[in-house]
Amino acid sequence: MANTVALTKRLNPKATQTILAFASLVVLLILFSLASPNFFRPDNLIGILLATAVNGILAVGVTFIIITGGIDLSIGTVMTFGSVMAGVFITMWKLPIPLGIVAGILAGALCGLVNGFNITKLKIPPFIATLGMMMVTKGLNLILSGVKPVYFVDTPDFAKIATMPVFGIPMGVVIFFASAIVAAFILTKTILGRYAFAIGSNEEAARLSGINTDAWKMGIYALGGAFAGIAGLVMASRLQSAQPALGAGYELDAIAAAVIGGTSLSGGEGSILGTVIGAFIITVLTNGLRILSVPQEWQMVVTGLIVIGAVYLDIMRRKVK
Amino acid sequence: MNDTLIRMEGIDKRFPGVHALDDCRFELSAGEVHALVGENGAGKSTLMKILSGVYQKDSGRVELKGKAIELHNTKQAQSLGISIIHQELNLMKHLSAAQNIYIGREHNKTLPVLVDDAAINEKTRELFKRINLDLDPQVKVSELTVAKQQMVEIAKALSFNMDVLIMDEPTSALSDTEIEDLFRVIADLKAQGKGIVYISHRMDELKRICDRVTVMRDGCYVATTAMKDISIEQIIAQMVGRAVFESSHPHGDTSKAELVMEVKGLCRGRRVRDVSFNLHRGEILGFAGLLGAGRTETARAIFGADAIDAGEVFVKGKKVSIKHPKDAVRYGIGYLSEDRKQYGLALGLSVGTNTVMASLPRFLKSLVIVDDKRIRSVAEDYVNRLNTKTPSVDQKTQNLSGGNQQKVVISKWLVRDCDILIFDEPTRGIDVGAKSEIYRLLNELADQGKAIIMISSELPEILRMSHRVVVMCEGKVTGILQADECTQEKIMHLATLRH
Repeated sequence: MANTVALTKRLNPKATQTILAFASLVVLLILFSLASPNFFRPDNLIGILLATAVNGILAVGVTFIIITGGIDLSIGTVMTFGSVMAGVFITMWKLPIPLGIVAGILAGALCGLVNGFNITKLKIPPFIATLGMMMVTKGLNLILSGVKPVYFVDTPDFAKIATMPVFGIPMGVVIFFASAIVAAFILTKTILGRYAFAIGSNEEAARLSGINTDAWKMGIYALGGAFAGIAGLVMASRLQSAQPALGAGYELDAIAAAVIGGTSLSGGEGSILGTVIGAFIITVLTNGLRILSVPQEWQMVVTGLIVIGAVYLDIMRRKVK
Repeated sequence: MNDTLIRMEGIDKRFPGVHALDDCRFELSAGEVHALVGENGAGKSTLMKILSGVYQKDSGRVELKGKAIELHNTKQAQSLGISIIHQELNLMKHLSAAQNIYIGREHNKTLPVLVDDAAINEKTRELFKRINLDLDPQVKVSELTVAKQQMVEIAKALSFNMDVLIMDEPTSALSDTEIEDLFRVIADLKAQGKGIVYISHRMDELKRICDRVTVMRDGCYVATTAMKDISIEQIIAQMVGRAVFESSHPHGDTSKAELVMEVKGLCRGRRVRDVSFNLHRGEILGFAGLLGAGRTETARAIFGADAIDAGEVFVKGKKVSIKHPKDAVRYGIGYLSEDRKQYGLALGLSVGTNTVMASLPRFLKSLVIVDDKRIRSVAEDYVNRLNTKTPSVDQKTQNLSGGNQQKVVISKWLVRDCDILIFDEPTRGIDVGAKSEIYRLLNELADQGKAIIMISSELPEILRMSHRVVVMCEGKVTGILQADECTQEKIMHLATLRH
């Protein structure tokens, strides 16, 4: 008994935000189900899962970065960079699909590594460094693709990455859940995760404890980039093409998902579970509002208000503490 | 005490513009608590940061158990068994106690990419047992009191099997019962044969727990004495030591002059506790005290830079409510921060612009256009009156020396017609020649009827300039002295008076 009390007490501060986010998700699901008979139907729910996959994988990656107290604005276009690289490898160079997959993920990781280098070694603030990377990859995407979509016409198997059903659930969703589980493991059980929290909590103290904070930060940005690469592959597979002009704007949805899920923009706090719930909240909201025939422009307004509200809640919570 | 752990000799350290340590020495034996004392800036912390690898010495010799060692960084010092607990605790607040203690050493033995929380929790539990601390290793540090956080730091030091523990002002944020707990832990460590360096301003504490005391002054070693052979008064005399400056200002009696400001029962947090004092026209009121006594916090609270918890401020007999610096300025109060470069000046802008910065609305023509001609003439007037050395009023203030920058800040508040000027460390970072000119200027301002609050950590400056001296310690006013009854010893005594 005393043990359980101690446990809940220990979990409390972080758990409240996750529980709150989860409760909001449940409330949204109930509300939309009541409002429209079309909402709580298997095909729509699977649609929601699949629509969450790309943003969810991106958000999971950026959660690590935000926990260190940093930010990555480039993940949206880096995601597209990953899909374009896969397109270049598979369609243009006719290389096998697995090689294209590796190329997509490594391309993302490389962008993250460059971000990490610019931030730690050149001391460029994360906001600026990744804003620059966003513009660079946006341009590279157009250059590499010749300013037109790269279609995976000769390799129909590529489409299976996102759509092949596994026990009735599209593969893309399985990749999303697998990514989240691996990420949660890395964040809570490995030294990389531990140092991400340590750096976000007090970087100087971590450095004085003999931790090579620069190297770990580079690794964490590379990890975020790798997740963006995975998201890019799922995206390209779903669209059966790499769309070079897509990507910008996705980073904001991903950051919003992490923040709604309780990841603190000042660093040191956050969880993968929270981020996944946050990503679902955003898709459920968009999907539900669409089913209720709320115009797209109003969907944006509502999502924006939710983000502001979530951050405000986070700030209030901090103040009370 | 023949079991010498640490011997430091001929330690020299220079920072740009400051000779921080000049031929310093220090010795520490096993099973000893050794007090290191001195005024602010005497070099205690610098010396100990060298011993713990935070700074590197320029020259000198450090021996550990008779063997010469070179200290390059904190990690290396830790591996040699030397740990320091800084005044500002170095913890990662979002992590648990155990995670903090074993940060960098939390790897799983067989699979080093994984963290082994079970193992570090267990090891932490044992550490806590050794210092009789009843604490869950998994509790987040942000949920602990400062005292408990300090215990976590001590446990962390113990986890390195340290022989030498340096504690910088460990009791400054602790309550009485918490201090007793700390002393018990220190006594335990001492019994285990550890050597402890104890930096503190609290004389009564030193008497209780320390075996020897080393006094430093102005970056130099003064003396090491067995605690039982020396009185608190003798320690203070050693700390102060230097010849007292001749008073250069005829300390007239200002107590009959018009009362311009009255502060009653001002409170803000732990650093400003029930502060009351009066300020008269033409008076220089010195604020003395040690680092962290709450003087700057008091000034900021009066000026409206920080919100107050309680208290009243009267300006020229009228009760005023100052919630924001703009209110203070309206009542004619100017605040000259100790950090001129951060708070006092726009360094990239010219002398002229800085001079009128606080009164720009008065320098407009046709409502919106800045009247550069008039700004120039006013700025030139102040440059002449204050004897500011600048090629022209168009010079950027960043190119001026510290003393001349200070004069520009003073001009700014004079242009704004401030009658009450709060100077926070007015001569910090200003060379000796320019100092006396700032002193002359302060005296002139007082003679012209301005009322001046002068916060200073330099006792000679306080003694030389003040009509009266308010002494603070731990947020409280511990005494208000008339100029003629002021001595360095008296001020030091009041500044170390605990409640």
